[in-house]
Amino acid sequence: MNDESTPRTMEAPSAYVRAVEERAPANVAPAGSKVGTFTDRRAALAETASGLLASRWLALGLAAVTLALPYLNSSTYVIQIAIDALIFIMLAVGLNIVVGYCGLLDLGYAAFFAIGAYVSGLLSTRYGWPLLATIPVVVAAAVIGGLVIGGPTLRLRSDYLAIVTLGFGEIIRITANNLDFTGGPNGLYGIPDFGAFGLRADVALYWITAVIVIVAVLFSSRLGRGRIGRAWRFVREDEDAAEAMGIHTYKVKFAAYIAGAIFGGIAGVLFAAHQTAISPPSFNFLWSALILMAVVLGGMGSVPGVVVGALVISLLPELLRGAENWRYLVFGLLLIVVMIFRPQGLLPSRTGEPRRRGRQSQGGRP
Amino acid sequence: MHHFIQLVVSGLFVGSFYALVALGYSMVYGIIKLLNFAHGDIYMLGAFAGFTVLSVGAGALGGGLIALIAIMIAAMAATGTFGVILERVAYRPLRSAPRLSVLITAVGASFALEYGIAVAFGPNPQVYQIGVTGGTLNIAGARITYAQLAMMAIAVLLMIALDTLVRKTRSGRAMRAIAQDPKACLLMGVNVDRVIARTFFIGSALAGAAGVMAGAYYGKIDFLMGFVIGLKAFTAAVIGGIGNLRGAVLGAVVLGLLESFAVAYLGSEWRDVFAFGFLILFLTVRPTGLLGERVTERV
Amino acid sequence: MSKVLLDVRNMSVSFGGVRAVDGLTFSVQEGEVLSVIGPNGAGKTSAFNCITGFYQPASGSVTFNGSDITGKRPAVIAASGIARTFQNLRLFGDLTVLDNVRAGMHVRIKQNSLDAMLHTPRYWRSEDAATDEAHRWLDFVGMHYDRTAQIRNLPYGEQRRVEIARALAREPRMLLLDEPAAGLNHTEKTQLLDLMRRIAALGTAVVLIEHDMGLVMEVSERIVVLSYGKEIADGPPAAIRSNPAVIEAYLGAEDQEAHAEAERIAAEAGTDGIAEAR
Repeated sequence: MNDESTPRTMEAPSAYVRAVEERAPANVAPAGSKVGTFTDRRAALAETASGLLASRWLALGLAAVTLALPYLNSSTYVIQIAIDALIFIMLAVGLNIVVGYCGLLDLGYAAFFAIGAYVSGLLSTRYGWPLLATIPVVVAAAVIGGLVIGGPTLRLRSDYLAIVTLGFGEIIRITANNLDFTGGPNGLYGIPDFGAFGLRADVALYWITAVIVIVAVLFSSRLGRGRIGRAWRFVREDEDAAEAMGIHTYKVKFAAYIAGAIFGGIAGVLFAAHQTAISPPSFNFLWSALILMAVVLGGMGSVPGVVVGALVISLLPELLRGAENWRYLVFGLLLIVVMIFRPQGLLPSRTGEPRRRGRQSQGGRP
Repeated sequence: MHHFIQLVVSGLFVGSFYALVALGYSMVYGIIKLLNFAHGDIYMLGAFAGFTVLSVGAGALGGGLIALIAIMIAAMAATGTFGVILERVAYRPLRSAPRLSVLITAVGASFALEYGIAVAFGPNPQVYQIGVTGGTLNIAGARITYAQLAMMAIAVLLMIALDTLVRKTRSGRAMRAIAQDPKACLLMGVNVDRVIARTFFIGSALAGAAGVMAGAYYGKIDFLMGFVIGLKAFTAAVIGGIGNLRGAVLGAVVLGLLESFAVAYLGSEWRDVFAFGFLILFLTVRPTGLLGERVTERV
Repeated sequence: MSKVLLDVRNMSVSFGGVRAVDGLTFSVQEGEVLSVIGPNGAGKTSAFNCITGFYQPASGSVTFNGSDITGKRPAVIAASGIARTFQNLRLFGDLTVLDNVRAGMHVRIKQNSLDAMLHTPRYWRSEDAATDEAHRWLDFVGMHYDRTAQIRNLPYGEQRRVEIARALAREPRMLLLDEPAAGLNHTEKTQLLDLMRRIAALGTAVVLIEHDMGLVMEVSERIVVLSYGKEIADGPPAAIRSNPAVIEAYLGAEDQEAHAEAERIAAEAGTDGIAEAR
């Protein structure tokens, strides 16, 4: 041991960093900044709305409508955009685990999406695997990707993670573009679907996608309420305090990052099956940014909010065809506006206590 | 041997670009602990500001180095002003907000800038009509154009100016003081807001200068050109020790050289993969950077 | 005679050349109430941070319950049975009171991610047990406000109680309290005194950093006095009260404190000051 004590987490690269670190947040703008939270009527309304959306009956109803969609309207166009929207929902709830629950900014989420799509695409086109059988390999590949990126960076300050993931997204995309094995700039084509089961091919894929996504939404929401979900929020709120309670924050962050990676990877499989052809430009930063927008607009940490956010972001282009650059300009501005005026998003997560099953509280409240 | 020197020369040239952008990254990070994701896009904005000046007043300016410098000054003024506006509108309201909110805001700013330019100038690349071709110089067998040499000289001059500003002037002292302890500065009557705005101005102006240089050198600009440069500049800043200005320059030169050799041995299509892979590796081995030091974090 | 629970030997830590803790040696017996006092900047909180793993001591050793915990990760140290509170409240502001207390039980909740996703019987059992236990600890510390409210909306005194409840929910063998009485009114201080006695009655050792001497003298079985990172006295309250070294440390504190502060700033500027100047 040298005289200068070594830090536990190697977080402070220089005196610059340390100097403002603990003091900066509250002090530079002492005047005029809002202190504390006042629940105004609009906020209460939004909370009621998200409470309503979070109710299990509404969730069940929505799931039922989703599954029944082909009976309501089975035009190729509707099925097409519905599958797109479902895949986008899956990506958004996956990213919500990382950003919303755990407070880690992942700007390269499309990388896991790409890993999933490419691994399943390669195995199915080059080696003739059935698509379903590729899922375990995709999960393994996503986990490995998560380990490689999360391993070094989750020890560091959270903003490092943001930019390293951004770099990681580029690494994956460029690598896919450069290798002959992955089809280079042309990508892979002729990816099979899961099978038609005697139905119209796109309807069969729709149902499979719908079931997987509904389960994913349910699982992500339940994870968020369980023991690990609480740990994620403890880490998001105050890492030191979480450590002091015996919570290994590095492992907890890792769990969030890996969980997000798995969701992204499986969404990639669905994407490959849906598109039947994939190429590197499908996985650029734009995707990562759009998924992030869905999470932020809907409400970080709020599953109902994030689902609504994903629906808005994925269906909006259908309403506003063309004018893409304008749309992205507006999205960018919207991110700024939301962060300044409504950081909790449109449908914020509820802060209340979960209902209980089992016996009634014996300690009870006095 | 000739080959080797050629690689060193081109590495230094690229490194001087990276350095100009990395300086702004590092300055802003040093003073308000913000990773300004939009910084690379400000570089892009500089290129487009220069392009605008060029298309409006091409005839009056003529070609060559004088025109380049005039355009650069105009672009620096434009990006500097924009940096100040960005800070005022997007970042200042969030100074007491959680770090995540500010980072997301920065991503939004980057996105808005990119697509704002795409809307204004169209999504296709624009051709930079400035003739800085000129002759070439041979140094021990390595070739370097006079234009490259001039740009490197300008970059070095800007860096020396910045270093002097930060170390010798009142305003530089205020910057260092705020980086150390913004609260104390506020109590001591330092106008913190003004100093932060000034930091954004200088950092953005440097990026703008680099943008014009890139336009003149590569001859083509597009609205996404800042994305990769932003990442590279961050990499350079991390290699040097983020928040440390001399470190940023050192990191940029190191990165430029490494890339130059990597391209020679792996092929140019792997340039970015190599750079970002190196970033991840570097963060694993020495997250505090070459010139950063280990400091015990206070709880 | 009870056995030694925590043994700190020759522990040092420095910041930019200033030794915040300088060769500190002391021990805590099982179930004892010990206070650590000293003028501002004497290194009390730094010592806490070294013991709980938030700082790495530059030298020396920390042994807890017979095993060496020097330089271990805070989570590992916490899991071994040391809980703490922070000088400036460190609660999970956006979360409910109950969730905050559940943090203390986190390592004891028997439930994995599969249970959570499938809502197995084990999930409900563990969740209900955690909720009941959280209520019990809140009862114990006397927190009777709305427990489903976001904690940031609670009055300061109540937040202090919740922080202690959270630490107790860790079921520690030793509880470190960093200025728990700061900002409390007289009634609340009396309640805190009573609470600390009830905690000690559970068999938990309590180590207290506190500036309120009335409280310290009232509750402590033993007092350790620090000055400039070194121990200058160790003994029962009565002996400490009349110890000349202690009186001098406190009386001389005013100008010495300013001196120390100036020294610290000078040292910082010299060693790790202006980053880009190097």
